[in-house]
Amino acid sequence: MTLDQLAPGQTAIIREVGGTGVFRRRLLELGLLPGTRVLRTGQAPLGDPLSFRVRGTLLSIRSADASLVEVIA
Amino acid sequence: MDRPTVVFVGNPNTGKSTLFNHLTNANAQVSNYPGTTVGHAVGELSLPHLGPVRCVDVPGTYSLAARSADERVALEAVLGLGDRPLPDVLVVLLDAPRLARSLYLALQLLELQVPIVFALNMMDEAEAAGQVPDADVLADELGAPVVPMVARRGLGADALLQALEQTLRGEHPAPGPPHRFSEPLRQDAEAALAALPAEMRPPGLPGARAVALGLWVLLSLDDDDALADLELDRSLLATIREQARSSGRDLVSEIVGQRYAWIDAHVSALYGGPLRLQHAVQDRIDRVVLHPISGGLLFALVMFVVFQALFTWSAPLVDGIDASFGWLAGLVAPGFEAVAGSLAGPPRTLVETLGDLVVEGLIGGVGAVLVFIPQIALLFLFIALLEGSGYLARAAYLMDRVLRLAGLPGQAFVPLLSGYACAVPAILATRTMPRWRDRLLTMMVLPLTSCSARLPVYTLLVAALFPPKIEGFPLPVQATALFAMYVFSTVVTVLAAVVLGGTVLAERPVPAMLELPPYRVPHLPTVLRSVRGAVSTFVREAGQVILFATVALWALLSFPRHAPEDLLAPEVIAEAVASGADLEALARPLALERSAGGYLGHLIEPVIAPLGYDWKIGVGLIGSFAAREVFVSTMGLVYGISEEVGSDDLSLHEKLRAERRADGSPTYTPLTGISIMVFFALAMQCLSTLAVLRRETAGWRWPAFITVYMFALAWCLSFLIYQGGRALGFE
Ligand SMILES: Nc1nc2c(ncn2[C@@H]2O[C@H](COP(=O)(O)OP(=O)(O)OP(=O)(O)O)[C@@H](O)[C@H]2O)c(=O)[nH]1
Repeated sequence: MTLDQLAPGQTAIIREVGGTGVFRRRLLELGLLPGTRVLRTGQAPLGDPLSFRVRGTLLSIRSADASLVEVIA
Repeated sequence: MDRPTVVFVGNPNTGKSTLFNHLTNANAQVSNYPGTTVGHAVGELSLPHLGPVRCVDVPGTYSLAARSADERVALEAVLGLGDRPLPDVLVVLLDAPRLARSLYLALQLLELQVPIVFALNMMDEAEAAGQVPDADVLADELGAPVVPMVARRGLGADALLQALEQTLRGEHPAPGPPHRFSEPLRQDAEAALAALPAEMRPPGLPGARAVALGLWVLLSLDDDDALADLELDRSLLATIREQARSSGRDLVSEIVGQRYAWIDAHVSALYGGPLRLQHAVQDRIDRVVLHPISGGLLFALVMFVVFQALFTWSAPLVDGIDASFGWLAGLVAPGFEAVAGSLAGPPRTLVETLGDLVVEGLIGGVGAVLVFIPQIALLFLFIALLEGSGYLARAAYLMDRVLRLAGLPGQAFVPLLSGYACAVPAILATRTMPRWRDRLLTMMVLPLTSCSARLPVYTLLVAALFPPKIEGFPLPVQATALFAMYVFSTVVTVLAAVVLGGTVLAERPVPAMLELPPYRVPHLPTVLRSVRGAVSTFVREAGQVILFATVALWALLSFPRHAPEDLLAPEVIAEAVASGADLEALARPLALERSAGGYLGHLIEPVIAPLGYDWKIGVGLIGSFAAREVFVSTMGLVYGISEEVGSDDLSLHEKLRAERRADGSPTYTPLTGISIMVFFALAMQCLSTLAVLRRETAGWRWPAFITVYMFALAWCLSFLIYQGGRALGFE
């Protein structure tokens, strides 16, 4: 399952971060590492981007980007 | 000893600017780093014993890996590379309620083995959330002083100064990293060091820093444009990565992962327990603010207020400035006239010219700079309030999906909206956009948004050339035409962003992640400082160009000078004298035609004739460089009415409609009107915008490009519309 498929209010553990290059490094550096717990909080009114709590901060991530992160619910 | 330098580093939104301004008493000067567009502040603070210390504020960043110009600047400032001074101490901001995030940057800084004092900020928020990190334990773990602070109330500032002083005196040796990278990674890092240019790795580099720099270059290299100008041994780096990959290792996740491994192992102990993920209060506010209906309404309301402020509320202030400069001119002009009247011959001409220079050139020019201040101040007031409250990031979140159509992130919304009032403050507002590429793209298309200076031009043409009603068309024609111009401008802005973003600024996609900071009450001193900063940078750095350009434009339309007696036929003069008419006013259109600007108008006539314009419109176009609405008054001059005409002046409408070409056909038809309006919608006719673009992009390269593309677009579309319209039999 991928990060964008989490329902609002659902938590999960990151299994793997996909993507390449700068893209992937940025996700990792913001702390979206394998083993990290994430909470899906909500979404923008137009359905995208999505928002997540990770390591105490609230992040907005586009769903296309979130679909590159594999999680275990 | 030279004055020591202290550099402030931290994640965005950790209170770095608040602390910096508190310590330096807001004596900071904001300017660009040499050769870059990254802004930074330099100020001074005074230590009890050591005296004055130079303080440098570095843009907020999550990492030192050079993904963007900001992060590159952060590393260079921290290591004193290039012509930046080597810092004696770093003040590193830590966000008490969100330590994990800020420790990632902190670890990278510790790896560099430079003296550090940590400011553990936002302690009040940590207490409110009931999760307070232990500063003493943290200091032990990190090996450097950790000062708990509440920067916005100045709490902890004295303790911070004391820690700074001790560190400057050498009482705290430079700490090293608390974590240790795995052996293979250390070897890779040391090998990668050789790929760096020599000036980045002087002999005698401390061991930890050598590893840190090696990791930095390994992590930073992704054919990243931020490093394009660094002389790196890219093939060596590729070999190192290839070798790692062939043994099943992924360098990026190893480097990042080993830092976070240390953080994860220590964070809960610092808080005395595991951290909760939820944040009840903030999440509850978000449920309303980001709700499809209530959130949408709130957003519309906030943006409406911002736009109203720029478009409407600033008007009395702008008019006040205009009026006071008019008053000043009225005060000075009679003096020159009196002196001139007492002279004759060349001295008289000289004094008259000087008087015109002062009254119309200089006073007008200073006025042209100052009229922007109300809008800039108001826009930055709102932006600072929105940013300080945490709403600005949420506005970007709400608009992200919409702006993606234009290939832009949500943060472009406020600047683009402001562009409909005036491009000058709007371009300054792009400073809130963290990514340079997105910011540049926004600045490139912003001048296409239909700013308020275009409105008088549209109103004049629509009122003079369009009938109020057309048989069979249910809507009022003139209002529809005006509305259509706004739609047109919006569509073109979006299309231009798509095209430019896919060509000139094509770039591999980067995840558009955005931190949504907690809701806070805006800190008034910070808000006011931001307003003052924006206004003063504008006046200092764009003001000169605008002033100079206004004077130059005045000169263009005023020289060479001709006496009315040389311009008018003797019978006309005789008649005027007999009827007591003003000779000067009668001669003005002719004087304008014989000025350099009039000459230029004739010169460009062949170029603009295919768009349906004659030389008089050409002069109007030249005059409109001062500001687009000047087109109206220039036309007033050209047609000998007066400079003070408004766009609703009926006699000007008459003159335009009566104007004939050599073949007797009317010059101004609805089709010419559309052609002119389209030209005004698209052409880069605003010197003030250019001056601000030069300031914000640190050079003339981008302003030149923007000017060329916009004029090319304007000419081509006006050509298509005019010639196409004629071919189809329209007038
Ligand atoms: N509650 C609380 N808020 C603070 C404190 N210090 C700063 N703030 C607020 O936090 C917000 C961010 O502060 P800034 O000083 O702009 O943060 P910054 O780190 O400079 O952010 P960037 O300009 O994005 O790098 C502002 O609204 C401040 O008023 C503090 O100690 N406690």
